[in-house]
Amino acid sequence: MTDLETFRSETRAWLEENCPPSMREPVRSEKDACWGGRDQSMLTPDQKLWMNRMAERGWTVPDWPKEYGGGGLSPAETKILREEMARIRARNPLNSFGISMLGPALLKYGTHEQKLEHLTKIARGEIRWCQGYSEPNAGSDLAGLQTSAEDKGDHFLVNGQKVWTSYADKADWIFCLVRTDKTTKQGGISFVLFDMASEGVSTKPILLISGYSPFCETFFDNVKVPKENLIGELNKGWDVAKYLLGHEREMISGMGLAGPGGNPLIEGAIATIGLDDQGRLADPLLRAELAMFEVRAKAFGAMSEKFIDELKAGQAHPAQPSMMKYYGTELNKARYELIMASGGSDALEWESDASSKGAKPRAWLRTKANSIEGGTSEVQLNIIAKRILDLPSA
Amino acid sequence: MPLYLNDEQTMLRDTAKDFVADAAPVSHLRALRDANDPAGFSRDLWKQFAEMGFTGILIPEGDGGLGLGHVEAGVVLEEIGRNLSPSPFLTTAVAAVEALKGTAHAAQHFPGILTGETVAALAIDDGPKHRATVAMQAERAGNGFRLTGRKQFVTHGHVADLLIVAARTAGAAEEDDGITLFAVPRDAAKLDVTPERLADSSIAARMEFDGVEVDADAVIGEVDGGAANLKRLLAAGRTGAAAEMIGVGSGAMDMTVGYLKERKQFGVTIGSFQALQHRAAHLYSELEVARAATLKAQQLLDAGDERAVSAVSVAKAMTGLATTLAVQEGIQMHGGIGMTDEYDIGFYMKRARVLAEMFGDTNFHADALAKTAGY
Repeated sequence: MTDLETFRSETRAWLEENCPPSMREPVRSEKDACWGGRDQSMLTPDQKLWMNRMAERGWTVPDWPKEYGGGGLSPAETKILREEMARIRARNPLNSFGISMLGPALLKYGTHEQKLEHLTKIARGEIRWCQGYSEPNAGSDLAGLQTSAEDKGDHFLVNGQKVWTSYADKADWIFCLVRTDKTTKQGGISFVLFDMASEGVSTKPILLISGYSPFCETFFDNVKVPKENLIGELNKGWDVAKYLLGHEREMISGMGLAGPGGNPLIEGAIATIGLDDQGRLADPLLRAELAMFEVRAKAFGAMSEKFIDELKAGQAHPAQPSMMKYYGTELNKARYELIMASGGSDALEWESDASSKGAKPRAWLRTKANSIEGGTSEVQLNIIAKRILDLPSA
Repeated sequence: MPLYLNDEQTMLRDTAKDFVADAAPVSHLRALRDANDPAGFSRDLWKQFAEMGFTGILIPEGDGGLGLGHVEAGVVLEEIGRNLSPSPFLTTAVAAVEALKGTAHAAQHFPGILTGETVAALAIDDGPKHRATVAMQAERAGNGFRLTGRKQFVTHGHVADLLIVAARTAGAAEEDDGITLFAVPRDAAKLDVTPERLADSSIAARMEFDGVEVDADAVIGEVDGGAANLKRLLAAGRTGAAAEMIGVGSGAMDMTVGYLKERKQFGVTIGSFQALQHRAAHLYSELEVARAATLKAQQLLDAGDERAVSAVSVAKAMTGLATTLAVQEGIQMHGGIGMTDEYDIGFYMKRARVLAEMFGDTNFHADALAKTAGY
């Protein structure tokens, strides 16, 4: 057996033994996923067990270096681990903005001390992070942000307001863009980290059309942020932010893909609508819509594989994540329109068992934000037009 | 295997790119069209393809070919598509070679394909829409068979040296068992061949088989067991058509994006208008997704992976969607000039429509995927 074959069989055996059965069921909603954090009472016993077992091996972040809590796995080993997890439909042990967004930025821009301090805690799910980017007047025009950080010698004094801060009310720490120089736009932004328990931080959830409030308004009133929490250079935070946004788009770009195992969209449609005597879905127009959607979804699956392979080989165009983000999120919205159309009135029930406490309608409504958050579809199209197609500015 | 071209494939692409752009640019098609050329393609160019080694890409090394795969064939087809080069490459060097591979006919026909002497045509469509059924009858007669029925959309059929004909020796139209493939000479008695010029200026034949008699050795592969060869032919043809469409779509997009950067209205280049930028960026996305789907199908076919069948349908359906969008946006964004015969973008629209129809259109393949998935 090759080393990789050995790795696969050992991984398979370990997962079989260590992944609790309840962690092999699909995640029903954002609330049902494991987010870690200081307040571990929010986790179920199985979520906690699964997260800790995986963290012990560094497998919450399998490809990070071991010294920062990762598994130190090669790309090929990481792929095998993901495949073996998908095979038993194992849940992600830890959902975390720390892993998908802050982590890569810290690995690139952080000092050794900052990495040791923060990455290890992210890997173990001890600290839950939120992202302080958008402001009431700086959404798509992110660089127009006004939250200020005044230099007070050993610390910055932060004042201002953020909006759409995902899970700010549940997060322990925030990674945040602040203005340290008012005379230039992009050149006056810095990237800082601070504890949400700091004096002067307050949050207020925003109720959404889905009935959930995953987003918050976040207020900073004379918050003291120690200088050692600056990531990268002063006034060079825009570089860190852009790097991080690229990773966020990479992460979001997987949205258009169906999960492991069967196809819940098709299975759902068959269960609700039934097949005719030819074995075809009894609604021919919906069948055609589903089939045409599946063409795009499967083709996007190939695109996703190609994108990842090219990233690994350093061959991807730097603006390609924008294309992936655009296509993946638009596809995900289309998928949920079809899930609703396939579900019929069952899928409209807001609280019932038939809809798993409204999981379908809430998820459907939630997807409408996909093409807004992390840079709108229109912003991604601007980026593709200018940076890939080289079309002129107005 | 990573989902991008390896070093050798990239080298082949560069070679093919230069060769096709030089030997058969769009002006070559225009010249053939203007001359009302009765063949619809150039035999000289076909010989040059052979000299480059391209015609042997899919022919096994043991038979004198290069023994390469569908990825490599697709690399050449993309350049053919980008330049709208009229060529029997797809039908002969890709689809026919796959049908003949491993049969007694390989020894007979591969040498001619390798030297660029032989052009093969595929008589597989019984009607104006490609279907997975074969209706044409082949009755046993003496030592051989008698073929009766009609075929159409037989590209290059009027000049082909070899016709590959799908007929039924047993069973009902939709069954796999009972299909037999035949190698038929174009000048066979009782075979009426009518060339028809298509919208893209290529020529495809209508064929009436009025009891055409062939010997037993005309059978390609096994009697009643032709479905396996036909499926190989179709998988290769569909994947190849997808690759050629990617070339057509990319060529149309490049032309259009180039035009957006040049054309001025209201005192500025129209490419600075956000409405057009967004449409161009959307088009780019659709084409990239189609390109990935096509490469995936090529790689799975080359690996002999059973998932290739559905990957091929995804590729053909997706390239149909993306390339149709590319040529439609191409004409619209060119404005009035895009409607003129003088400008090349219209040639792309016509070629895309022909390729979209060939070997099953987007709807055909989406339907096939749905059936496989059980709905």
